[in-house]
Amino acid sequence: MRAIIFFCVITVALLLAIFLLLRSRKLKEKYAILWALVGVACLVLVAFPSLLGTVAHFVGIQVGSNLLFTLAILLLLGVCLHLSLEVSSQEDKIRRLAEEAAILRADLERRVAPSSPASEPQETDPPA
Amino acid sequence: MKQLIIVPAWNEVDAIGATLTEIRSTVPQLDVLVVDDGSTDRTADVAEESGAVVLRLPFNLGVGGAMRAGYEYAKRHGYDQAIQVDADGQHDPGDILAVLAGLDHADICIGARFADKGTYVVKGPRKWAMRLLASIVSRVGHARLTDITSGFRAGNSRAIAQYCRHYPAEYLGDTVDSLIGAIRAGLSVTQIPVVMRTRQAGTPSHNPWKSAVYLVRSMVALLIALTRPSTVKGGPAR
Repeated sequence: MRAIIFFCVITVALLLAIFLLLRSRKLKEKYAILWALVGVACLVLVAFPSLLGTVAHFVGIQVGSNLLFTLAILLLLGVCLHLSLEVSSQEDKIRRLAEEAAILRADLERRVAPSSPASEPQETDPPA
Repeated sequence: MKQLIIVPAWNEVDAIGATLTEIRSTVPQLDVLVVDDGSTDRTADVAEESGAVVLRLPFNLGVGGAMRAGYEYAKRHGYDQAIQVDADGQHDPGDILAVLAGLDHADICIGARFADKGTYVVKGPRKWAMRLLASIVSRVGHARLTDITSGFRAGNSRAIAQYCRHYPAEYLGDTVDSLIGAIRAGLSVTQIPVVMRTRQAGTPSHNPWKSAVYLVRSMVALLIALTRPSTVKGGPAR
């Protein structure tokens, strides 16, 4: 019983932290959803601990906690990959901006010629 | 016809002045654009004093970033042809018109070492790596190319537009990857033999360990470039 209360408090704290971060606009929604799902999943497990054993048995894992650890590691790997993707995309955008800034500055300093993109439409990244 | 010389420069204050003076005296009819790749020395100021237009990148992007900025500038200002010339003086300005002339029958023209001209010598694993790279890209591009990592390259307006779409800043992206991207987008490539001069600063590495790393990295870059979805106009944006 004490363990249930303990994990309940942790999970609620996690959900609350996400909510507060969202409210203060420090965390973007697209990242918050993942963590909110994790929080809700934890809450479900706290409420029905036997669920873990059932699911583990169903997929052929003998000890329920092993299933939990495996899932947790996979989730964290996925998050790492996602963050790497985001960083790559940010780098691309920063590079475009740096190039753009340099061209605009050169044009501005010489006050000649157009600096608007040529008639050909620019390709942009699709919104994430 | 508007032609532009693009000179990417990163902390080349010792060499850039002489290089630009030589370019100016050899081919005074061409416009010169120096792309200062976030230098911490006076490279950009020296370039400006010698009369070139200077793009000052706010921080270092690597040759790929500098060159794409240069090509973007060329596109916006309506240049028909652009040629990359290194700031360190290893490309002889006397060859610029010859390399540009190669554009008469191709979209991209590479000023190539090893093409039966000059005395540029590379030994050991690095040579094998460059040979292998060149032979694979030659096959893909249906042309005899001996030096695909050369930075002495000219392109017409089609090539400029393609480079603006795809010019990676990663390792070897500025040479191998951008070239393969262009070939796969349907552009034709040719080469003109040139003499490379010894660099005014720094020496090419002949360390075997570095050469091995170079071989592996270049093969990985090649593999990725060859299997990447091509960046044909109207195709999906990367």
